[in-house]
Parts: sequence; structure tokens; C-alpha cells
Amino acid sequence: MTFVSILYGLLFWAATLILVGGVAVKVRQYWNTPAPLKIPTTPAPITQGGVVWRMFREVAFFESLFRSNKTLWLFAFLFHMSLWLVLIRHARYFVSMNELLVFMQPFGRYAGITMVLGLAGLWARRFVVDRVRYISAPSDHLMLALLISIGVTGLMMSFVSHTDVTQIKGFFHGLMVFHWQPLPSDPLALVHLFLVALLMIIFPISKLLHAPGVFFSPTRNQVDNPREKRHVSAWALELERQGKLYRDELNK
Amino acid sequence: MADYEVPKLTGEGYTVVPAVREGVMAGKGPFIAKPDFQKALHFPDDFAAVGELVPNWKERALEKMADLKSRYRSLQVFLDICVKCGACTDKCHYFIGTSDAKNMPVARQDLLRKVYRRYFTFAGKYFPKLVGATDLTEEVLADWYNYYHQCSQCRRCSVFCPYGIDTAEISMAAREILDHVGYGQKYCNEIIGKVFKIGNNLGLPGPALFDTVEGLEEDVEADTGIKVRFPLDEDGAEVLLVTPSADFFAEPHIDGLIGYAKVFHETGVTWTMSTIASEAGNFGMFIGSYETMRRVSLRVREAAIKHKVKRIVFGECGHAWRVAYSFLNTLAGPFDFLDQRYPVPQHILEFTWSHIQAGTLTLDKTENDDKVLTFHDSCNVARGSRMGDYPGGQFDIPRNVIKAVCNHFVDMPADTIHDATFCCGGGGGLLTDDLMEIRVKGIQPRAEALRHVSINNGVTHMAAICAICKSQFTKVLPYYGFTMDQIVSVHQLVSNAIILQRQVSVQARPDEDGDDDD
Repeated sequence: MTFVSILYGLLFWAATLILVGGVAVKVRQYWNTPAPLKIPTTPAPITQGGVVWRMFREVAFFESLFRSNKTLWLFAFLFHMSLWLVLIRHARYFVSMNELLVFMQPFGRYAGITMVLGLAGLWARRFVVDRVRYISAPSDHLMLALLISIGVTGLMMSFVSHTDVTQIKGFFHGLMVFHWQPLPSDPLALVHLFLVALLMIIFPISKLLHAPGVFFSPTRNQVDNPREKRHVSAWALELERQGKLYRDELNK
Repeated sequence: MADYEVPKLTGEGYTVVPAVREGVMAGKGPFIAKPDFQKALHFPDDFAAVGELVPNWKERALEKMADLKSRYRSLQVFLDICVKCGACTDKCHYFIGTSDAKNMPVARQDLLRKVYRRYFTFAGKYFPKLVGATDLTEEVLADWYNYYHQCSQCRRCSVFCPYGIDTAEISMAAREILDHVGYGQKYCNEIIGKVFKIGNNLGLPGPALFDTVEGLEEDVEADTGIKVRFPLDEDGAEVLLVTPSADFFAEPHIDGLIGYAKVFHETGVTWTMSTIASEAGNFGMFIGSYETMRRVSLRVREAAIKHKVKRIVFGECGHAWRVAYSFLNTLAGPFDFLDQRYPVPQHILEFTWSHIQAGTLTLDKTENDDKVLTFHDSCNVARGSRMGDYPGGQFDIPRNVIKAVCNHFVDMPADTIHDATFCCGGGGGLLTDDLMEIRVKGIQPRAEALRHVSINNGVTHMAAICAICKSQFTKVLPYYGFTMDQIVSVHQLVSNAIILQRQVSVQARPDEDGDDDD
């Protein structure tokens, strides 16, 4: 058992805790924050089923983004869909191989390339398009740098310098069952894994919250039925109950 | 004329996205409300004079931000999840017209977001430079005041955002924070004070309204020979009509009001307007204040109960219809005492269209043959409401009515209508003379589209269904070479085409039945 293996083991435990716990805290916050008014961007679905379909089109096809800007859509879609394929490919490190995973391996392998291409396009926009350049903070650039670095180190292990994937699988399996196994000392793998852990840690404190957040966006997830069904939040109802106009007049 | 350049129109039918420039629209923003106006709206008034801040303004501003984000999911989520992709950057008419970087929706949001990050997020607390977080300073506050009054809350950005982030929600929150530290906007807050005190935005007292409707009855009788009623405060009518107060005297608004009256007259549905609720507009939305918006809305409920009506119908007004359609039931409901066979509230166009479909109205389209019409979708009707019983009815019903009363109708280019419509440039509390520059520049994309159909399709008139749009267009389109009378109300067109069949109003007053000649 090397020192690095222990360090990485602790790192991934911590990163997982922060990712899961952090996202849970934010999701809870979004869930518990009331939406006092009906504000779907119309035309909006008038049934709950319609809202599910609208949200599906939004997260599966990036419908609004497609309407907005085709180039941006292309890069964003390429990146996100490739990321899914890459993630599915990586499932082999956490679950035992099955037919689906075997089938998906080559797709995930080449999706790594399209993922980096998509990210490169997104990053290029931050330099080339003056409007996007203006709105980009250092963290927006760093986020893309981080993702591209993860992608490139991963690709190098696939196409240039193979690492011992069996041992890596053993390492992660060990972490999951609290029975530690050593990690290969391949520098590419170490860099790749370190950056992934970093991404997991950053996730709940950054704009990556758009992933869970989009599902809570009232302009997209509300049913357009204000005339048919009365919608009142608890804090607003209190004004009615007590017959008051202003919240600071309420008896606590 | 003006000390700024009025944008040029190409008439090509598409908008040219300008190169980003900084500070073009920097400035002090609109006039600030004095303490009295703030007090009338229950906002803090412990500041000595206009332009000064309340004591401990910074703590109080941050406290208000924390309060708002705990009560509005939209605000909390939108502040967190923007990825700065840039999808919205070329969608705002104020950015297109001014090229000012801070008029890009995401940049406008960031004025608030960078402060949110500094005080409420881990990254902003410990790595402010990295994530573009900044302290709340007087300069930042002044920037908020200036740039959050260059947003008409039209929601066009939210259509194109992959997460539906609506800058209007951020603008509203910012204005509510500003209202709590002494930076209220004079225009909105003075007007809301008038609604509380008198009953409408224009401060027209009851007697003036009675005078006005009497004059209108005489005008229409002189014009048509028929005494069409404009009932005011008449108990027991079927319908309460709530219409923007501009409809009582402004052009072309008033021609719309005449149209509503003729439609009611012909259908035989009894109706009344109310001095209590003599205003459809609800500026409480502009300043983001739920309490204010509710207090204004409760007047409609009060009027409906007092006059014992069975239905509520709203006149042509954009933001008003959003508040009415989307929020009235929330703010002033439940309306279980009204006739449940009809939606509460209804839009006057829903009412008119249903009667056109039923064949109740006799229409002569040729009366509008001197015009080639196009239609301006009001932003808040298009993206914040609905008409009819299916999504998108708000686009079809006004057009259906126009086509039923006009022979010549042409739509403007597709990316400037329906839910991609451009705001008139005067919505959201910007319809004031101290904001003329932004109004003139913000109208550009709409003017561009109108010019395109004027050149290519011979369009002579643009119909609108919003008091603010009508006022803004008649005042500002002349900067681009159009004339005031090219703007018409949709019900003005109905009024032109309608041929009155009913000789005596169902609401005729007993003392004037046929004895006009004695």
C-alpha cells in the first residue's frame, strides 16, 4: 500500500461526500424555497405531463439553446452527450461488466474525443465572441481548462499510454467496500484522477449546479394553469389568514 | 432633438448584433422617489432626501437579499445556476439598441449575482476575484439603480436561456432591495401611491371619470346615432371591466375603449367599469413587491364584490394582463363568488373573439380597407400569460380578431413575433420622460421589423394590445420616421368594423329612453 494510494483513497472518499452532501444541501434548499407566483415562460404546457415533456426536451435536446444559438448548441450538445457516453464507459470501474457496458465501451472511447472537441469550441467562444468574453470570469475559463484536462489525460490513457485499468478498478472497488487496494503509480492516471476529484469537490459550490438546478427553474417546471387552480405560497397565505397587507405587520 | 444618436434602421428585417461597448448607458438612472412616496408604499423612509441612503444601508440591502432569496425559488435558483454560456447576450432589445455591455441579460443579472456570490457563497467569500464576486458598495448600488431601470422585464432572455433564467425576476428583486435602502424609482412609486389614494395610475378622480364616460357616450352617439353606454359604478352588471386608465383619454387607447363598449352593447352583456378599480395596470410587479402588487390587486376583488358582478374582464394592457392572468387568482382570489363558467379573469379579446365566433357581431371588414395591419405581440402577454384554452392562444386570438375585422394583415418577421417578440422599449416602469434615451434606443428592434414590413408589404398600421406599448410607440416611433397615428388599438379596428344592430342599450337609463328630443 503506497502513500499515494492512501492519499487518493481519502481524497475520493472526501470528494464523494462533498459532491453528494453538497448537492443534497442545494437541492434541499431549492426544494424548500417557495415559488409564490406562477411564472412559466409562456406558451407553457397546461398539464403536468406537458411540463415533464417540456423539461425532457430541455435537458435531452437543449431546446431553448437550439433556438438561441446554433453554434453554441452544437458545442454544448456535443460536450454533454459525449460526457454521458464517457460516464457510461467509466461505469465499469464501479460495477461488474455486463453486455450493455461491453457494447458501450467503443462509443465511450471515441466520445472522449468529441467531448474535448465540444469543450474546445466552448472555450474558443470565450475568447472569440466579444459578448461572451465580457461575461467570462476567471472561473469560467478554469472550469473549461479543468474539464479539458480531464478529457485529454483520459484520452492519452486510451490512445497513447495505457494504464493498468484492472488495478484501478480494484482500487475503486476497494474504496466502495472499505477494503483498500493499491492504485497504479502511472502519473497520467494520477493526474486524471486528481482532476476528477477536484471537479467533484467544486461541483456543489459552482455553476455546475445548473445540472440539478434546471429541474427547479420555475419558468420551465410550472404548469400554466393559474386561472384554473389557485396557487398560493405559505408565506403569502399568512397575509390572508391574518388580514394584513404587509409581512412586517404579521403576528409571528 | 436629443444629445444621443438615434439608431439607424436598415429595413432588412433582421437585427444586427452590435459589438460590445462599455459605459454607453452609464448614468444616474431615472429620478429617485422622495421619502413621502416610499412611505405611502410601506417602504423605509428614514432617509433625509432624494439620493441619500438609509442608515446601515449595506446591512439592510443584504438582509433584504437574503429575505428575497428565501422566499423566491426563482431568485435563489437563477442566482446559482447561470453558466455564462452567452445564449442570452444578443437577445435583449436594450442591448441591441445601446450596445452597452451591462444591457446583456447575463451581465445585468451579474450586477446582483456578483454581490450574492460575495456574501452568500463559499467561492465568493474565499475566492472573490476568481468567480467575479464584489463587495456591495455605493457604486455597485448606483449601477443597480441605473441598469435595473434599463430592463423592461419583458422575459425575452428567459425564452432563449437553456435554464429559463428570467432577468425580470432579478430586476424585480433588485428594485425591491433598492426600495428598502432609499433608492425607489419616482415614476413607479408615485404612480402606485396614486392607485392607493385615488384608484388609478393617472390619478383621475371619480368625477373626472364620470365626465369622461359621459363625453364618450355623446361622441359615439354623434358618430353612430346610437346611445352606446359606458357604465361606471353600476351595481349588478354581469361584467366588471378593468382597463388601463390611459384608455380613458390617451390616443389611440380611447378608441380601444370605444371598441369594448360597442362590443358589450351589441352582445347585450351588461357591464360596468369601477372607480375603485379604474386601473388594470399593476406597477407593483415592476418594483417586484408582492405586497404592493397584492394591495393593488385587492381593489379589483373589492370592486367585483361591491358591484355584485359575475365576471371580470380586463382591457388591452400587457403587463396588466400578466398580473391578471397569472397572478390575480393568487393575489386576490379565490373568486368562487363569480360565475365559474367563465375563466377569472378574462381578456377582452377572449370575450370579443368568442362573440365573433358565435356570430353575435355584425362586422364590415371594408371599414378598415384603408389600412394594411401588422400586430405587435406585447411582451408580457406573449411570454407571461395566455388567452383561450391552449398554449399560444395569446398569439392567435388577437390575430383572429384583427383578421375578422380587417382584410389586410401581415405579420412581422418570425423572430420578432410570438414568444420571440421584442418589447416596445417602454415596459416595466420605463415609460417616463427621464428615461427617454433608453426608450428611444430600446425600440430599435421593433422599429426595424416594422420598417421591414412597411417597405416590403406596404404595412401602414401596427395594432397593439397594451397601454404602455401604445404610449411608447406613439411617442417614440416618430424618432424613426413613423407617425403617431400608425399605432392603433385592436379594439379600435373592431370599433371601425362593427355595425351596430341594437338600437337601444340593454343598460339604457330609464330617463333617457327615446326622449332625447324634448
